[in-house]
Amino acid sequence: MKKTLFALAASAAVMLSGQALADGHAKTKACFIYIGPTGDFGWTYQHDQGRLAVEAAFGDKVETAYLENVPESAEAQRPIEAFARDGCNIIFTTSFNYMDPTNKAAKKHPDVKFEHATGYKRESSNVSTYSSKFYQGRYVQGQIAAKMSTTGVAGYIASFPIPEVVRGINSFILGAQSVNPDFKLKVVWVSTWFDPPKEADAAKALIDQGVDILTQHTDSTAPMQVAAERGIKAFGQASDMIKFGPETQLTSIIDDWAPYYVERVKAVMDGTWESQDVWHGMDHGSVVMAPFTNMPDDVAAMAAKTTAAITDGSLEPFTGPITKQDGTAWLADGERADIGTLLGMNFYVKGVDDKLPQ
Amino acid sequence: MDVWASIILSICAASTPLLIAAIGELVVERSGVLNLGVEGMMIMGAVAAFATAQVTGNPYIAAVAAVAIGAAFSLLFAFLTLTLVANQVATGLALTILGLGLSGMIGEGFVGQPGIRMESINIPFLSDLPLVGELLFGQDLIFYLSIALVIGVSWFLFKTRAGLMLRSVGDSHTSAHALGIKVIKIRYLAILFGGACAGLAGAHLSLVYVPQWVEGMTAGRGWIALALVVFASWRPGRVLIGAYLFGAVTIGQFHAQAVGVPIPAQFLTSLPYLATIVVLVLIARNRRLTMINTPAALGQSFVPDR
Repeated sequence: MKKTLFALAASAAVMLSGQALADGHAKTKACFIYIGPTGDFGWTYQHDQGRLAVEAAFGDKVETAYLENVPESAEAQRPIEAFARDGCNIIFTTSFNYMDPTNKAAKKHPDVKFEHATGYKRESSNVSTYSSKFYQGRYVQGQIAAKMSTTGVAGYIASFPIPEVVRGINSFILGAQSVNPDFKLKVVWVSTWFDPPKEADAAKALIDQGVDILTQHTDSTAPMQVAAERGIKAFGQASDMIKFGPETQLTSIIDDWAPYYVERVKAVMDGTWESQDVWHGMDHGSVVMAPFTNMPDDVAAMAAKTTAAITDGSLEPFTGPITKQDGTAWLADGERADIGTLLGMNFYVKGVDDKLPQ
Repeated sequence: MDVWASIILSICAASTPLLIAAIGELVVERSGVLNLGVEGMMIMGAVAAFATAQVTGNPYIAAVAAVAIGAAFSLLFAFLTLTLVANQVATGLALTILGLGLSGMIGEGFVGQPGIRMESINIPFLSDLPLVGELLFGQDLIFYLSIALVIGVSWFLFKTRAGLMLRSVGDSHTSAHALGIKVIKIRYLAILFGGACAGLAGAHLSLVYVPQWVEGMTAGRGWIALALVVFASWRPGRVLIGAYLFGAVTIGQFHAQAVGVPIPAQFLTSLPYLATIVVLVLIARNRRLTMINTPAALGQSFVPDR
């Protein structure tokens, strides 16, 4: 079935591509591989907003194409290569497990530029990796949670135990502990990025187990809706989900990929594109906090202050002293985590009420 | 709310769409037709229900619309496989792909809009009974329909003449045809019923389970329903057991995780699939009985000889 879909999509892409401009310059073609549907109102939605920003920025000098619901497996290599053959100049693969398929495709298509989101492998010179420091936003959320919770326990709906997700969980609990050292966090893994009913089930289970603040690292608005139904507070994910919980959402981490996508497509046009690894955060505007809502003014002021401190670099969530979950010391007082450890994070810090799946 | 009541309500919500879609497909397969388009019909039902609810503001009209759209969508399958004698497997897969794509297109304008919920019914006094009140008398209408469907289909298949005719068509369409039974007509009706059920299951998703519309929100539930029918060896009662077992283990493992049971989460999340398969295979371990229950003409096209 998937093969048919890809074949159809690929042939459609062939039909659309290949037109040259009247002045002889070919259009620059930017292509995107998405894990979910563009209408998920979360992760993929935000990437697609970035794609639209590219179209808006360059008008008819650029052409874009995308494929939705591409599975995170070796299967992903086929659509990536189909894009490469169809004249895409730059291909953005926007989920962690496209890492190996992206690198394999890049070796076969040295003339095409590849940009892989949230990964760390750059096996050839035509591969870049990029990500955002979402964990910065999680720290702010943790602080808000600790202020707003009456039970002292928050619930975290997690997708897969990859470094990015683990980093978010750790940053959240560190933020919470900076307000309330005894704060607890319950984690539930759903083994999917996008399954609204399943995410709703996980949310219900966490609430039944006594959490009164919900946060998620999955892509749908279902947990927000459940939180609204049950009358607790929650944090949105990837996009502003306030519509699904007007009296529920405290804030949301909004991924803004538009500046990066515009910059990189421009680099391809100018011929200045080079392989790089970027990890922008609040300072570059790629991690944006939705308005602080449904909380008292003093909590909102604290959150704004923390956000400002992270933005200007005076505060880094992963600053010692930090103890790992198993009790061993990780960072000494005042010491900041090095990027390598953050990118490969595979351990919990103290206070997470869960065993990390390995 | 009592925690246990809340857990059981979550289990009912998780099981109901699987149960409805599976019981519909069971009737289809009992008539000898394999419709792999359940996922597609289900999501068409989900988008139809959501859109209708937005336009009319009434979740009950929305559920009726979902049933109608599910049935209408299955009619496409019926026409291709019965009248034009197309391959059932390929047509069913095409129906799923078409449904997923078409629903995304129809629903594009509805993404990001909070939905209208089909509220639970409330019978004065009965719904307020301690413990059982909310579970027995305080759920949404589709839940009661799902239970009624299991009983109704069971009765129809095994206690009525029409049910016997349907099963005979599924076992040997040539013999049934020779006896003067209208094979094609019965299969048309069975497929329509299956489509209507899948549509209703979709309505449950977008009106009760998660009242919102997002592309691909069925997330493979149609396929689970299909698998349930086979593992339940085409028995309505076993479909009920399978659907509820799947729902219970799904919810239960989330609770186990939240409590902090030291079992790897990857294993826990795969547990609903494992447990359901193991239990249903154990139930159906009598090979002879399973053979009897398997529609012998399943998936075979029928061309009446004149």
